[in-house]
Amino acid sequence: MTGPRVLIVDDEAELVSALVERLNLRGFRAAGVTTGAEALTRVAAADFDVVLLDVKMPGLGGLEVIKTIRTEHPEVQVILLTGHGSARDAEAGTQLGAFDYLMKPITITDLVRVLHAAANQSRPEETG
Amino acid sequence: MVAEAPRPPSAEDDGLISGGRYRRMALAAFLAVSTVALVPLLLVTGVSYRQYRSAFESDLSNPMLRFAAAAQQSLGSFLSERLSALGMIMRDTPIEDLKNSAALERVLQTMEQSFGGIVDLGVIDETGIQVAYAGPFALEGRDYAEHKFFQQARVAGVSVSDVFMGYRNLPHLVLAIHKDLGGHHELVLRATVDTDVFHFLVRARTSRRPEQAAFCRRCHSLVVPPFADAFIINQDGVLQTPSRFYGDILGRSRLPPLPHSSEPALTEVVDARGQPLVVAYTQIQGSPFTLVVLSPRDATHAGLMSVRHDVIIFVVVSCLLIVTVVAAGTTYVVRRVHDADLKRAALYHKMEYTNKLAAIGRLGAGVAHEINNPLSIITQKGGLLKDLLTMSDELPPKTKMIDLTDSVLKSAERCGVITHRLLGFARHMDVQQESIDLDALLHEVFGFLEKEASYRNLRITFDCIGEVPHIVSDRGQLQQVFLNIINNAFAAVDDGGHIEIGIRQEETTDVAVSITDNGIGIPESQIPHIFDPFFTTKKGAGTGLGLSITYGIVQKLGGRIGVTSTVGKGTRFTVTLPLTHPAAGSSE
Repeated sequence: MTGPRVLIVDDEAELVSALVERLNLRGFRAAGVTTGAEALTRVAAADFDVVLLDVKMPGLGGLEVIKTIRTEHPEVQVILLTGHGSARDAEAGTQLGAFDYLMKPITITDLVRVLHAAANQSRPEETG
Repeated sequence: MVAEAPRPPSAEDDGLISGGRYRRMALAAFLAVSTVALVPLLLVTGVSYRQYRSAFESDLSNPMLRFAAAAQQSLGSFLSERLSALGMIMRDTPIEDLKNSAALERVLQTMEQSFGGIVDLGVIDETGIQVAYAGPFALEGRDYAEHKFFQQARVAGVSVSDVFMGYRNLPHLVLAIHKDLGGHHELVLRATVDTDVFHFLVRARTSRRPEQAAFCRRCHSLVVPPFADAFIINQDGVLQTPSRFYGDILGRSRLPPLPHSSEPALTEVVDARGQPLVVAYTQIQGSPFTLVVLSPRDATHAGLMSVRHDVIIFVVVSCLLIVTVVAAGTTYVVRRVHDADLKRAALYHKMEYTNKLAAIGRLGAGVAHEINNPLSIITQKGGLLKDLLTMSDELPPKTKMIDLTDSVLKSAERCGVITHRLLGFARHMDVQQESIDLDALLHEVFGFLEKEASYRNLRITFDCIGEVPHIVSDRGQLQQVFLNIINNAFAAVDDGGHIEIGIRQEETTDVAVSITDNGIGIPESQIPHIFDPFFTTKKGAGTGLGLSITYGIVQKLGGRIGVTSTVGKGTRFTVTLPLTHPAAGSSE
């Protein structure tokens, strides 16, 4: 059985690469991008279960991206990643259909727990 | 290490409350209130005193003038009656009787009974020899050819002499009537008037001689005002009656020449002794005499002087009282104003301080957000290193471990830059002057907002025109000014907006910084109020203090701030700062 497919979207490339490696070590099939536009391309191209999405990004921001994903790929669950200052945005994102949100800095344990929960929501027949 | 919280600047640190300003305020208030209080007092007192003096002088001069008029009439009548009588005697008495001393004696007695005041009678022929005489002295045969009254009578027909001693060696005056008998024969009838009687007519006094005392009792003597002296002088100023001031008869009066006046006149003169006098005088008609009524000015004005003295004391005491009360009141009020200003300035500084703390708080939130990214990288890179070490039996490759460690170090360095920037802002809370590169300072301020600009896709451009010199000013205060204005610009523009920061030197003494946004703009009606405290366009989101405090700081730094705006197009704030703040040297 293969692990959930996770797309990590954050403008901090170093963070993205570290998270991708750590999640892969834990059985996820993780990939990462650093812009909202790239994220939409990848989501459209591949079959991701969960998207871990940073709210504050230059260019296309997290809220715009989640709107498109929820519209065009409602099966994909989105977890928002926010700094303290953008907690209000995260709540707004939840209202737009985000599965959950996490505040930076996150711990890998919390991240894995929420990703599994989201993945279960996305593919209940496979994970359940 | 415990960091000490910056001390809020006190109200007096920057010279807002200066002693000189309050001294000037106190002086101006003191002068204004004193003037308002003293001028009416002095005017009313002056006018009242003037009216009183006028009434007083009128009271003083009227009795003297009345006396002079009465004495003029009395003396004029006395002389004219006796001259008429002499004229009648000369006309009606036969020439032989006139030349007869016994007949003349009878005429004298008749005159004495009818008129009185005549001492003797004499008849003088054309040679000047007194051919007949009736009276108490042995004067028959005396020669009067050289006497003035004789010569004057022959020329004018009538003569009234000055008072003189004559053959009898007593003061007397002579009334003389001339008659031309024809054929070079002439007669002059002369009558002697006793000066005691003359004097009696001028001043109430009993005659020294019994026969004339009886006459005096029949006359209505005039009462001289108690403060005055009354006497008669001739045309040379020689006393014709005794004077209380200038001595006995035939002495000199020491008065300056008085202008001719046939009516009683009043004047003020200074006599030869330097004595100021009030003088009423008049010519006595048909005679060479001037009646003088005088009084020393000091004596007559004693009452007035007393009133003046009282008035001066009243005015001085009142003025002192008013000045004291006004000075005390002014001092009290200005002290209250000073205290209120101190409180207001302290409140203003507190507001300024609070605004800065709020700015730091806002920045803190931004910084916390910004710092989360490198922290997250540190966490995840560290976590990955641990994962590689614990989740695999083999050690990860050395290059991998070095890459991870570099990432951790680089991110830690990023955190350090962010915290240093925040500390650099918070550190400048106290007022201090230093040389400042405005371009660098604006980049530093913008550094706080860089991330937000990036997230919101804002285009920020810096335009430093020409060589802009450093200015001497307060770094912390300028940071606050520009942070407030740039924050407002950020709030005014939509995502993707444009903010332009321009710096240029203006003239030779100033540097201007303009911050222009293409945001929503400010309605024209609100522009006059945007620097007012508590005025805000950010409904519910602003305190309304930011621009007010910005305005206050710029003014304090010796600069000025202006704003132009068009709704829908954008706003430009221009801060003009002096190269050197004039108060920079004294604000420590």
